[in-house]
Amino acid sequence: MNTSALITMLVSEMVIIAFTAFFFVKVLTIPPKAEPDSFSENDQEPR
Amino acid sequence: MTLQTKESWGSRVGLVLAMAGNAVGLGNFLRFPVQAIQNGGGAFIIPYFVCFLLMGIPLLWIEWASGRFGGKWGHHSTPFILDSMDKRTFWKYIGVFGIFTNLAVAAYYCYLESWTLSYMYHSLAGSFMGESAETVSKFFIDYVSLVHGYEPVFFWLLCLVLNTYILSRGLSGGVEKAAKVGMPLLILFGILLAIKGITLKAGSEGAVYDGVTGLNFLWTPDFSTIWTPKVWLAAAGQIFFTLSVGMGSIQCYASYVRSKDDIALNAMSAGWMNEFVEVVLGSSILIPISIGYLGIDTVIEMTKNGGLGLGFRTLPYLFTQWGPLLSALAGFAWFCLLFFAGITSSLAMGTPCMGFMQDEFGWSRTKSAWSFGAAILVLGLPTVLFFNHGVFDEYDYWAGTVSLVVFALFETILFAWVFGIDKGWHEINQGSDIKIPVFFKYVIKYVTPVFLGAVFIGSLPDLARKITDVSNPYVVGARLLLLGVFLGVSYLVYIAYKKRLKEGRFVS
Repeated sequence: MNTSALITMLVSEMVIIAFTAFFFVKVLTIPPKAEPDSFSENDQEPR
Repeated sequence: MTLQTKESWGSRVGLVLAMAGNAVGLGNFLRFPVQAIQNGGGAFIIPYFVCFLLMGIPLLWIEWASGRFGGKWGHHSTPFILDSMDKRTFWKYIGVFGIFTNLAVAAYYCYLESWTLSYMYHSLAGSFMGESAETVSKFFIDYVSLVHGYEPVFFWLLCLVLNTYILSRGLSGGVEKAAKVGMPLLILFGILLAIKGITLKAGSEGAVYDGVTGLNFLWTPDFSTIWTPKVWLAAAGQIFFTLSVGMGSIQCYASYVRSKDDIALNAMSAGWMNEFVEVVLGSSILIPISIGYLGIDTVIEMTKNGGLGLGFRTLPYLFTQWGPLLSALAGFAWFCLLFFAGITSSLAMGTPCMGFMQDEFGWSRTKSAWSFGAAILVLGLPTVLFFNHGVFDEYDYWAGTVSLVVFALFETILFAWVFGIDKGWHEINQGSDIKIPVFFKYVIKYVTPVFLGAVFIGSLPDLARKITDVSNPYVVGARLLLLGVFLGVSYLVYIAYKKRLKEGRFVS
């Protein structure tokens, strides 16, 4: 690959991978808010 | 006052995957790489990113926030979500776009999705092994011309029943489970095919060029194109269609999120996941493999009419160069990936229509799901039977292009200027798990509507040409059918509005 193509590809993909990973990890790790929340899997009793 | 609903999301990650699945579609793999090579190669990524930042992300927040706001009042479809934001009658009927578009797009999208099911079967069955490039290409032409008898109809019905069944299982029991299975598998198959595409070696497995040659061609920036309006319009259009904004499905999914729960981070996570699939995976499969076998000039010529032909007519033949086992596995992975990209989007098209019937007419989830399936059966049949007469493309143009832009433009004006940017900004930030730069408040108010206006104005010459072309009776019939659907949905909204007034069910 020529240098300009390689740099464009690597910079673009690394920025996207970094943002994707950053936001998805945040979604996975932020503790859920107090009940009642929007999600049924963490409910004490079925809805 | 908050109105509760029986439907809910099972988990936050399930919601994000379902939203990402809604955005990720066949265009991520078939449209993006073709747009890139036609609009400046690697330089295309600059206007593409700018449009994502100034139009894509704001629209995602607008739609998530509008949906959650409407859901507070028990609304799960755009006619009454928009009504909850401004009481003028006009907006309810603008909201009709959010049901009409889903019905009309699902009608032809389901057929497209069924091709991937059929090709998965044929890849595993080895139907393309030992055949010439022309024969494999002709297979597709014959398929959509119904030369293969009722096989296309069978796969279409199978796809329709599968979609309807999943929808009838509800949000957490159906849509979310499909996304939790589909999205990880889509990414896994995408990574495997991307590795195979990039590591393709000239002289090995019949390849004429290295896979990297295709990557090099796609990513070499031609900066002379960067100030061309055509390139910016193409970038704005790509961002617009890849995120599935302007459809009403994001609002519907978000309407099941409570006010205190985050939408800002969820929207970012789903949006960036779509970008990962589109830019990282989408650029590494179709073009590197095609150029590896066919060379740059042939691929440029073949992509003049888009990436669909390359994906369905050429790639199955190229896979056969990898030997029986790898060919079957690669073909299966490619079409399975496209199938998951398709079904996670078509499921999102069903939920606003179902939400409308459940909210306004008290239908059960099962009844509304199977009624949606029946509507798609009736509306989709012309696209199956008269594909070669331009009916499919006509649906795609009016419902999958024009309606989206018109609706997104109106909803942005409503959110930023009628509902008010201060209330809107508060709505986006309520319960947020991230701090959004205040810069976006001004982008939403001033820049996004201008971008959308530019996309709309840019599409006007094509619109004028389309309207004046009435030479094909099938196309005219398709337009009349779509107009009938729009008017029919408008009438249902009118009945629902009168019914709400009579029952005193308006709350605000």
